Amino acid sequence: MMGNTVISLRGATKQFGGLVAVDNVSFEVREHEVMGLIGPNGSGKSTTLNLISGALPPTDGDISLKGHEITGLPARDIARKGVARTFQLVRLLPSMTVIENVIAGAVFGHRRRWGPAAERHAMHVLETVGLAERAKAHIGQLTYIDTKRVELARALAGEPEVLLLDEWLAGLNPTELTEGIDLIHRLRDEGRTIILVEHVMDAIRSLCDACVVMSSGKKIAEGTADEVLSDPEVIRAYLGDDDA
Amino acid sequence: MKRDDWNKLGWGGALIGVAALLPLTGDGYLISLGVTIAMYTVLATSWALFSGPTHYISLATAAFFGVGTYVTGSGLDYMSYWLLLPLAGVIGGVLAALVGLATLRLSGVYFVIFTLGLAEMTRQAVTWYQNQTGHKGTYVLTDFTDQDIYWQLLVLAALVFLTGWAIGRSRLGFALRVIGDDEDVARHVGINTAMSKVALFVVSGSVAAIVGAIIAPRYVYIEPSTAFTPMLSFQVVIMALLGGTGRLWGPLVGVIPFTLLWEAISSSFPNQTTLLLGLSFLVIVYFLPGGFVGLYDRLKGRAVKRSALA
Repeated sequence: MMGNTVISLRGATKQFGGLVAVDNVSFEVREHEVMGLIGPNGSGKSTTLNLISGALPPTDGDISLKGHEITGLPARDIARKGVARTFQLVRLLPSMTVIENVIAGAVFGHRRRWGPAAERHAMHVLETVGLAERAKAHIGQLTYIDTKRVELARALAGEPEVLLLDEWLAGLNPTELTEGIDLIHRLRDEGRTIILVEHVMDAIRSLCDACVVMSSGKKIAEGTADEVLSDPEVIRAYLGDDDA
Repeated sequence: MKRDDWNKLGWGGALIGVAALLPLTGDGYLISLGVTIAMYTVLATSWALFSGPTHYISLATAAFFGVGTYVTGSGLDYMSYWLLLPLAGVIGGVLAALVGLATLRLSGVYFVIFTLGLAEMTRQAVTWYQNQTGHKGTYVLTDFTDQDIYWQLLVLAALVFLTGWAIGRSRLGFALRVIGDDEDVARHVGINTAMSKVALFVVSGSVAAIVGAIIAPRYVYIEPSTAFTPMLSFQVVIMALLGGTGRLWGPLVGVIPFTLLWEAISSSFPNQTTLLLGLSFLVIVYFLPGGFVGLYDRLKGRAVKRSALA
């Protein structure tokens, strides 16, 4: 049932001066799998994502995509090889329309298109995220969840091998959250490979096939959502010693 | 190509054609003003090709321009003038590529300062070299009249507009817009940001050098302080910003009024030109942040809204 390994980290480490933000972390993500990267604030989840996308070069360790090493490559090369991401704080292209933002993800990335083909494809992706009617709108006219949808559409537009979502559900109100979780469910059902950094427990339980828990830069647990969330060490990391 | 594109090409061609008739007036003053306008149009438009989308303010125009004048000045004894123009373009382009590769990793103010320094350094280097050889300046003696120079600049202007139009429709042009909006996003969607910026900087540097090479015969005698004057770089920036860098035709609508204004200022207040240049810069930045293009788009946007409400 399990597919081939898409992303693999072996001993990935990132040091900022004396601080070890990611400490010797190893895990694998398989095809069609949704992997949740969870842990308390400051545990190194986003930094791990940054190492995979090439936003930061690792200090040590190996990262590979479908068996090919991508460690330390520039972000543009990693994007072209098939890693797409969203950012913790939404980053859109403010001078462009919604559809142009999505086309930006379709022209230079993993699977490249240009001209009418890129436009058709961008429109199709906008339909997937439920934003087709707003294609011509300007970024400033969008609600918060719609800006998140645009960013997701941009990441999907290059047809990546793996999608990295950095707290994509953060900051949504309860109604939006339900919509957001449904949307990621649909992507999951389409068989996409996703790594998501997330704090929303409901989302983690319902979406993730597997979870990696980090604390102070180290991987402290790995398994299904239910397994890791009942692990005493994970509870201790989240709540402190007294409650364990 | 769509019909709209043919329309634009037709209009552009027609305008250039009308502009080409100017020397037929036989008015020396008008032709001389035409040379100045054509020169700044080419410089400001090619400047905006790079600086418009990326928002990197380059003050290196004078460096490329000066190098171009010296290519003509020192090369006329050795080869045909018509070979010197492409040669100036190549030298300007290579210089821009070297500068670009070294500095486009710098962002914001560091890039501005470096480009200003580059022009100054080139000027000092040429001055030093001339002092070594015992010259103060160089004579550029040709049979060209203002009218010939005007037509050459007009052809170059047409080429620059065509290039700008082609870039605007290309992946490279789109990549530059993404970079201008958010460089991190650009990298993460797979854009080679450094090479895209260098490519446009090369176009802009190369064009500025060719302009210098074409203008040199007008000066007759060139020396480093006139060929590399930092004033030129500032004027190009001001004119481009006055017009607006959001559209290809933006700088043109800045160049024409500014040149006329400048002409009036320097004939009426010859001693206060720098002061007035500074003042006009402040006025433009405060009151016309997007230039005439921005104003036009705002008014158009307002008209659209009003008709939607009505």
